[in-house]
Amino acid sequence: MSDRTPLEQLVGPADSQRLFAALRRGATRRDVLTMLLAGGMQAGLAGGLAGTALSAHAQTPKKGGRIRVAGATAAATDTLDPAKQSNQTDYSRGTMLYNGLTVLDGSLTPQPALAESFTTTDAKTWVFTLRKGVTFHDGKALAPADVAYSVMRHKDPATSSKAKVLADQIESVKATGPNEVTVVLSAPNADLPVILGTFHFHIVKDGTTDFNAGIGTGPYKLKEFKPGVRSLVVRNEAYWKPGKPYLDEIEFVGIGDESARVNALLSGGMDLVASVNPRSVARVKGTPGYAIFTTQSGQYSDLIMRRDQGPGANPDFVMAMKHLFDREQMKKAIALDYAVIANDQPIDPTNRFYFAGLPQRTFDLDKAKFHLQKAGISGKVPVVTSPAAMYSVEMALVMQQTAQRIGLDLDVKRMPADGYWSNHWLNSPVGFGNVNPRPSADTLLTQFFQSEAAWNESRWKNPKFDQLLLASRAETDLAKRKQMYADMQTMIHQEAGIGIPLFLASIDGHTAKLKGLAPIPLGGLMGYSFAENVWLDA
Amino acid sequence: MNLIVLKLLGQRIAIALLSLLAVSVVVFAITAVLPGDAAQEQLGQDATPEALAALRAQMGLDVPAPQRYLHWLGGLVRGDLGTSATTQMPVGTLIGSRLPNSLLLAAMTALFSVPIALTLGIASAVWRGSWFDRAASTASVAVVSVPEFLIATLAVLLFAVKLRWLPALSYVSEIESLGQLLKAFAMPVLTLSCVIVAQMMRMTRAAVIDQLEAPYIEMVRLKGASPMRMVLAHALPNAIGPIANAVALSLSYLLGGVIIVETIFNYPGIAKLMVDGVSQRDMPLVQACAMLFCAGYLILVTLADVCGIVANPRLRHR
Repeated sequence: MSDRTPLEQLVGPADSQRLFAALRRGATRRDVLTMLLAGGMQAGLAGGLAGTALSAHAQTPKKGGRIRVAGATAAATDTLDPAKQSNQTDYSRGTMLYNGLTVLDGSLTPQPALAESFTTTDAKTWVFTLRKGVTFHDGKALAPADVAYSVMRHKDPATSSKAKVLADQIESVKATGPNEVTVVLSAPNADLPVILGTFHFHIVKDGTTDFNAGIGTGPYKLKEFKPGVRSLVVRNEAYWKPGKPYLDEIEFVGIGDESARVNALLSGGMDLVASVNPRSVARVKGTPGYAIFTTQSGQYSDLIMRRDQGPGANPDFVMAMKHLFDREQMKKAIALDYAVIANDQPIDPTNRFYFAGLPQRTFDLDKAKFHLQKAGISGKVPVVTSPAAMYSVEMALVMQQTAQRIGLDLDVKRMPADGYWSNHWLNSPVGFGNVNPRPSADTLLTQFFQSEAAWNESRWKNPKFDQLLLASRAETDLAKRKQMYADMQTMIHQEAGIGIPLFLASIDGHTAKLKGLAPIPLGGLMGYSFAENVWLDA
Repeated sequence: MNLIVLKLLGQRIAIALLSLLAVSVVVFAITAVLPGDAAQEQLGQDATPEALAALRAQMGLDVPAPQRYLHWLGGLVRGDLGTSATTQMPVGTLIGSRLPNSLLLAAMTALFSVPIALTLGIASAVWRGSWFDRAASTASVAVVSVPEFLIATLAVLLFAVKLRWLPALSYVSEIESLGQLLKAFAMPVLTLSCVIVAQMMRMTRAAVIDQLEAPYIEMVRLKGASPMRMVLAHALPNAIGPIANAVALSLSYLLGGVIIVETIFNYPGIAKLMVDGVSQRDMPLVQACAMLFCAGYLILVTLADVCGIVANPRLRHR
């Protein structure tokens, strides 16, 4: 974090992320200079910057040491089965023990992992060349059969995989050589390498049904696993990435209570804790020897105005509400600046398909009033909120205040977090939802904005959008894809019944001795894959 | 004497079984009223109708509720607590991994708090109205009025974060020496003691004063017994009944009611397991925990009654 800060202040998080990703791939000073100059930066500034970036990278990791890490949840449902993993503690354990065919970097671009390379001509048939000399923790060599098993098991309903919907587009996975796997899809999808880089598609041994031994190819070997209590992993000496991992041992526990987590960090009991509340940040920063690690990601809480019923059926009401967001104040007062302002479309600035050219919608009472009068809505409008959707109660209260100034009476209904998703989300005419970071723009738009999507929150239907979505999925030319995603972002911004005021950041706390953390916008803890990247600076 | 105790035990066990049955029906009914079921909770936002149906079938939730209850009851009679709906692990294993922790914490707290509470209670009764009695009573009321989460949080901030004498979390997995045991348990035991010492102390004081004001104590005093003998040999045996009941009530609280302490110190006890079970709608787990707490409570109360009878000469020889 500290290495990134000067860089981020100069070029912004997105560029700094691209730079770091390039550096991780082994870019030279010259490459970095070219990248920055291509971005229109002056040569002198770019030179200085390239220096900063390289010095950050030049810090040499040290081997050895043991850390204790606390995630934010612990339950008897903790699992080492990649298909069933569902929360950050599961994912963090997954990346310690397993690898995927690909891995997502700081801009969520897929990079080779267990697959040395991947190629396609039509985005429908994909050839993955497996890395040679990779072994599982029990000594068995990685073979195409393991990959086929690991991917195809998601399609079996009996697996009850969280990734079944994603796996259903995969027609077959076959070994086509001693180190080659061919994946055939039912329809073209240029994002297949992204999907295979997500946690659920981690590679396990062919035929595994009991995952409690945690046998994978990952950087650490499992020593102990007690669901709901803790897990202990030790360094995998035979790991295929040279020099990695750095630590000897990681103890991972889940602590549900935020203040208990922060206290455990500050009393020296933990070295890294996940999900720190913005209100605890000052305490961590104020204690010598501790630091904060922020990951800006695509997570958002959104105001849903259903377009098929209630006031949201009138497009002017939707427009009025979108102008009622006092985004600056929400960012400052609710998220304490651990957020970036969003523009009523779901692709965040860290994503490689973010459309920066879309004009920012501002807080504008006059416009809101104009649209409200045009809509002719009067009387109380109920807005359903819940602590289950992060910050939604606070956001609704800020809106309630501003709405009063144009004569709109918002009735904020606060529902308990328990059962919110099954009973209120998707059912209320006007209410809040929360969307976690998705690995790709395609996944996000398919799950939440396609006309027939099960979670089309606002029931916004636009056939043109659906066509674009399908076309962009099949498009392998990056520049053309970018343009398509820009068009889709504009459509959502203007027509969908979704108001997105902010993209929220994840905050982790750690001892200053812990080095090597760099954001991956899938979530906190380096997109949950800190384990093989961090080291202890004695 | 044996006959009285045996008869009492027999009655108690019969009533206990009936209570357990009633509790199981009530718990089952209440959890059925909670919004959402285990499948919905587990899938959360991912709950599409197909996924829900598949998971419900896998968890056995597609069977009507009364049938599920009877099936569970049948298993319980055979000593089978069933399988957790969300983890697919035997409930017995889940509870078995947590129960020893809870019992250890309860035992440590009892070991520490019961002697203190009884000593303070008896001393206050003997010197009732004195400055000592007033100070002890005021202090105990003050301590019991402060919520335990406040005591625990302040203790963590002071002893763990500021002074760094004690760990902020209680690790049971790494205890190898007595020193580590004391360190790990110091703050949880302190917090819990604050809650239960006051109750036990005030009950003890009231019970002993009640006896000390009885006519037979005057007789004891007149025949010239020492104050020590008067209290310990004459008044106390008659007060054991209510005192034992107060102790039993406090200890039953330690078994299942310590969720706040378990949360703040991240202590892997059984109360947290049950709360997890409720939030995940894991019926077999919740039922088993409820049965366990209920059984623990009944056992402690029965023990208290037996204590009262055995200790009291008048009841013993009737």
